[in-house]
Amino acid sequence: MSLKRLHVLFDDDDILLDAVKEIVKSKIYIHEVYTPFPVHGLDKAMKLKPTKISVATFIYGCIGFTVSILMMNYIMIVDWPQDIGGKPSFSYIENMPAFVPIMFELTVFFAAHLMVITFYLRSKLWPFKEAENPDPSTTDDKFLIDMNSGSNLSKTKSMLKKMGAISIKEVKE
Amino acid sequence: MSSHYEAPVRKPLVLGDKSYGDISNDIARPVETPPNTDWWIAFSIAMVAFLWGLGCMAYTIGTGIGTWGLNKTVGWAWDITNFVWWVGIGHAGTLISAVLLLFRQKWRMGINRSAEAMTIFSVIQAGLFPIIHMGRPWLAYWLFPIPNQFGSLWVNFNSPLLWDVFAISTYLTVSLVFWWTGLLPDFAMIRDRAVKPWRKNIYSLLSFGWSGRAKDWQRFEEVSLVLAGLATPLVLSVHTIVSFDFATSVIPGWHTTIFPPYFVAGAIFSGFAMVQTLLIIMRKVSRLESYITIQHIEMMNIVIMITGSIVGCAYITELFIAWYSGVEYEQYAFLNRATGPYWWAYFLMMSCNVVSPQIMWVKKIRTNIIVSFVISIVVNVGMWFERFVIIVTSLHRDYLPSSWTMFSPTFIDIGIFIGTIGFFFVLFLLYARSFPVVAQAEIKSILKSSGENYKKLRDK
Repeated sequence: MSLKRLHVLFDDDDILLDAVKEIVKSKIYIHEVYTPFPVHGLDKAMKLKPTKISVATFIYGCIGFTVSILMMNYIMIVDWPQDIGGKPSFSYIENMPAFVPIMFELTVFFAAHLMVITFYLRSKLWPFKEAENPDPSTTDDKFLIDMNSGSNLSKTKSMLKKMGAISIKEVKE
Repeated sequence: MSSHYEAPVRKPLVLGDKSYGDISNDIARPVETPPNTDWWIAFSIAMVAFLWGLGCMAYTIGTGIGTWGLNKTVGWAWDITNFVWWVGIGHAGTLISAVLLLFRQKWRMGINRSAEAMTIFSVIQAGLFPIIHMGRPWLAYWLFPIPNQFGSLWVNFNSPLLWDVFAISTYLTVSLVFWWTGLLPDFAMIRDRAVKPWRKNIYSLLSFGWSGRAKDWQRFEEVSLVLAGLATPLVLSVHTIVSFDFATSVIPGWHTTIFPPYFVAGAIFSGFAMVQTLLIIMRKVSRLESYITIQHIEMMNIVIMITGSIVGCAYITELFIAWYSGVEYEQYAFLNRATGPYWWAYFLMMSCNVVSPQIMWVKKIRTNIIVSFVISIVVNVGMWFERFVIIVTSLHRDYLPSSWTMFSPTFIDIGIFIGTIGFFFVLFLLYARSFPVVAQAEIKSILKSSGENYKKLRDK
């Protein structure tokens, strides 16, 4: 018994969502689902783990905050302390109010950019990267499930037909 | 269908009988069809203005800042006015996409792409002015704290002008990645339907290989939300810091604590007005009336009216506080603004910014396209004069009456300003023909809840 791989097209997000739930229930492995827009509830239906990118972003923000403090402390306090307008800069904490804007900006700068870079790398997005959606209509108005056929191909096919699939294509592994 | 329920009192945001495929067709149409004569005329005018501005910039850099109308008393006038005006305009984009995302306002989706484009293009214009004013723009990198060979020579982190460098750079780059991340699925849509190979190649490159996997979308939504959360305080901080350029000085008329909120409100006000100006034309030319509806125009008019009123309150508060402070220099600065030789600029500012948006209280007026268009331009004129009034009238009569003077711009000053307007429109017109101007992936995700046809289906 050889497992086949199927590309199943749908033309509606609600039908797709029900189909995914059904497929998961019948314990057939789904490799990937391609959709033209975010279908809400799809990640839960596919049992995808929640993304941890916001945790990473928090850490990136902390790094930015630390970098800004270290940088300004070295430049303004350690390397060349100056007396500007009668306000000598011999202590970081006493001069801190003037440094708040840049502490904030660098926190945001690091958090935002490193988050986006992480997202691009994790989702394999960069210039000259070839797109991987098997059917070009999945960026327009179609939804594609890339799945295993299960042990009984004809049974799976008839189940998918009943759920509203508009085309089922067998593809090589 | 039931999961897409939306209260029936909410008016549809996508008009007509649209399917997902129709949305792709409508958004891709301006990209896939050649521009008409009107576009070429507009583009040529913008290009001529840009080239004229470039000439004036080259003359300034070659000859010196003496070619401007500045003098010993008014050492900061036309350039900083334009800088603040452009930065202010740049605030609407992030406000629409970030703040309205946090508030889950679905009407942002029809306009956020163009508003963000406008943000980026106008911040570029703003950035030009301080760079030209340096006199030696090739040394602009000295603004950054780079280790150098001049001994321990560092930038001054106590200076609001340096805070501005960090704020504007962060704002520009973060807005750019926010915009581009949202563009990826839409570029991919154009890529996948492209017939001509060169178009396919270009949009493949631009879309970074976006494939629309379920995990990608999950991350995409999280990234958008977190970026919105980061961009919201960022957008407020940027104009706050721009206002610090003035507020931390000791010049009467500038040294006021109301400046940060007052500048932020003014920035949102002028930014929305510019979005209104551009989108009223764009929805007609690119036939996007189904996505940028009268309701969108009305919503923007309401924001313009509210922020205009906040700005009005700030003007009056300033006058009151100047009187209440008992400081005669402060009192004179404001008296001089309203009744001095620049009274006409003050009058323009008051009438354009405070009085004119008040007509938006009438529903018939705020849903009228022609009136909205006229008011949006009036507001932008008014906001330019606001910055002119704040900057020039505070400087031109200083503590020493013997050095009192007037400011008048030279044709170089005016030429550079016209040049930046031309540059802005060159960028925007190119964008309108080559980018997906509506966030179509997002629009598709709300079609079933906010589309007119689906709403009708539910009502039955």
